[in-house]
Amino acid sequence: MWWRLSARSILFWERLIAEMLLLSPINLLNDLLLKFFSQETITFFVWPLIQILLVVTLVALWVAYATYLERKISAFMQARLGPMRVGPWGLLQPIADGLKLLTKEDFIPESADRWIFFFAPYIAVASAFIVFSVIPFGPDWAVIADVNIGLLLVLAVSSVGVLALILAGWSSNSKYALLGGLRSSAQMVSYEVAMGLSLIGALMFARTLSLSGIVAAQGSDSIWYIVYQPAGFLIFLISGIAENNRAPFDLPEAESELVAGFHTEYSGMRWSLFFMAEYAAMVVVAAIATTVYLGGWYFPFVYRLEAGGYHNLFVLVSVLVFLVKASIILYVYFWLRWTLPRFRYDQLMDIGWKWLIPSTLINIVLSGFAIFLVQALDGWRGIKTIQALDRGLNLTATGKVIMIIIGLAGVFVTAALLARINWRSRDFNLRTQRRNIRLVNLPKGKPAVQPGS
Amino acid sequence: MHQVEIATTQETLLDSPEMVLNMGPQHPSTHGVLRVVLKLDGETVIDLDCDIGYLHRGMEKISENRMYTQIAPYWDRLDYIAAVSNGLVWVETVEQMMGLPVPPRAHYLRTILTELNRIASHLLWLATHALDIGAVTVLLWALREREEILKIFERQFGARLTCHAWRVGGMPNDAYDDFNKDVRQFINNFPKRLDEYETVLSENRIWLSRTVGIGVISGADAIAIGLSGPALRGSGVAWDVRKSRPYAAYADMDFDIPLGENGDTYDRYLVRLEEMRQSRRIIDQALEKMPDGPVNAKLPKIVKPPVGDYYHSIEGPKGEIGCYLVSDGTAQPWRMRVRPPSFINLQALKQMCLGHLVADVVAIIGTLDIVLGEIDR
Repeated sequence: MWWRLSARSILFWERLIAEMLLLSPINLLNDLLLKFFSQETITFFVWPLIQILLVVTLVALWVAYATYLERKISAFMQARLGPMRVGPWGLLQPIADGLKLLTKEDFIPESADRWIFFFAPYIAVASAFIVFSVIPFGPDWAVIADVNIGLLLVLAVSSVGVLALILAGWSSNSKYALLGGLRSSAQMVSYEVAMGLSLIGALMFARTLSLSGIVAAQGSDSIWYIVYQPAGFLIFLISGIAENNRAPFDLPEAESELVAGFHTEYSGMRWSLFFMAEYAAMVVVAAIATTVYLGGWYFPFVYRLEAGGYHNLFVLVSVLVFLVKASIILYVYFWLRWTLPRFRYDQLMDIGWKWLIPSTLINIVLSGFAIFLVQALDGWRGIKTIQALDRGLNLTATGKVIMIIIGLAGVFVTAALLARINWRSRDFNLRTQRRNIRLVNLPKGKPAVQPGS
Repeated sequence: MHQVEIATTQETLLDSPEMVLNMGPQHPSTHGVLRVVLKLDGETVIDLDCDIGYLHRGMEKISENRMYTQIAPYWDRLDYIAAVSNGLVWVETVEQMMGLPVPPRAHYLRTILTELNRIASHLLWLATHALDIGAVTVLLWALREREEILKIFERQFGARLTCHAWRVGGMPNDAYDDFNKDVRQFINNFPKRLDEYETVLSENRIWLSRTVGIGVISGADAIAIGLSGPALRGSGVAWDVRKSRPYAAYADMDFDIPLGENGDTYDRYLVRLEEMRQSRRIIDQALEKMPDGPVNAKLPKIVKPPVGDYYHSIEGPKGEIGCYLVSDGTAQPWRMRVRPPSFINLQALKQMCLGHLVADVVAIIGTLDIVLGEIDR
């Protein structure tokens, strides 16, 4: 049977799917478009439009089903079923939710600053969605724009999102919303620093800011940067979670303190725009983490498809690989959210400024040292560490081992250094501050009621 | 109408203006309709006032116009989380005024069921307290355990929350057939589950940083304010009505009292968890020792305590819940007064909160374990 994965059957199915995809609508569409437009118009205008449409639809769907998955995963953690009513296993729940929110009243409080209140959700959504224009979902046609400063653009645009939160909090004219807006601005600004700095380590290896370039560098080096940069990856993930205002850093919308934080006064579709923006921002961070640390759309053996001549299939499978990798990171988000309690505001700032930012700096220094060491060792007593320097840092096996050892050691060095620095802070010594309770057996007093009386 | 006024002053331009924040009555984590008026400097609490009474029903006054047996259901609606414990205060007070001999089996059943109720109440406290601090999963886990207890209550009393569990002179009916089996099954599974909750919270860094050193109150202050229950024991004061003045069948039971040391939120958390374990121990013993026999005393046609007054209290899940009863010899009490543990524990809120952040206020309200039905009465 075909699922017994013999080499012949794989080849058969590969070929069957590929035949279908070779005659794919992509080529047909190109021929069709050529009747109306010149090739230049198609390349620079029509195709990007189609790509944008596809990506927006895809991301919107992804975001919608991220909410569904979050509800399901949280349900399984909490010994319940989650959405089960709309469609099989509740699969249509996100669509039902969207419809419900669309038909709700668009309510603007009387004392709110009308126009700012009106526009804040759009800023949030736009800043989250624009980022997808540079994310390389796959090779070739699966990326809208390969900008050579892609990573900078991502950081810049996603930091506009904080404006939406401040404006929403301010314009609501509600104290809870204001406190939420203030918290979010402070939080996002301070964690953006850590997030940007944590990426530098990986950039030293990639030697490019283009996201496709970073993926290509990992491909040509045939390694994922998470192996070189475990500390950088952890810091990026933590600050990414904080940047997205997700638990355990979900202070701006801490429902037990600030009701709903900056979007307390929002309802209906406007609220759901904030919700979408939050999930889209999560997807962005997951996508960036995948691109920079998990090798993007690269996966072992997928390249054989390209070699076999099935180009479109190769691109599709690569996109799938990318989505799966990013979804794994999204799962980490959900996992953390439903496991951990929430930080307090000052503790959050402590972590940002006293732990994450110093550790990013240490990471940069260590990465620089590692690269210097590997370069210095090349050619010393016949050790060969570098293959070629044309694309990224092309290391030999020896070089990789050295790099991985330094990377892993870096995690411990960073932890030790920071522990030394923060030794005297209150939060570090919590375990020594806690006391165990003691059990006493008090003498019994005169009974108020005699049993058996 | 009681008006809450907190003056805000802004003297110079450089002074940061203080903000008055109304927390409640509609707020996710004030555990009902408590309104806390906070004066904030940034997010630091510099003054605080509680506004209560949104749930006032005049239960004490109503009781003056009801027969003694009719008053019992009102007690269920005081602390609706611990209806079984509350009901016990009332029936025992009346029984003792009248000198009614209650059969031992009834005493043992009362012990088992009030201890189950203590576990249920503490589980709900754990659930909401964890939710306030942001650990949502613990909420549903704890409610799952509580559900088992409520099922037992439903089979025994016919209701899950406001059980109207007791009658003056004993119990409305004997334990149902599978009672022993159900309770035994619950207490066998329970410690494992409790350990599971502890793995999520007790050693969790975030949980520690949110609770250690938060809402500290010393033993002397706790006594001065009149705290009782886990809030008092968390500060290291050894006081438990079950020990000092045993009621029901507690005189026959062997159990320990957990005491905290720092008097902070974390200590109270540990104390309550340990209390659940001790409750389990008590239930275990009571099931072993439970005698057979009737569960109801012989009662006169109309319950009429003799002229006089009487105070009786028990150790409820929230603290010492008491009843002061004045009888003029008629079929209705002349005056009834509740000693509400939640109300008195709430008085410590201001002292605990000052200087902390808004997020801590939520944690401290959670650790006090208040129920507004009892505060407002």
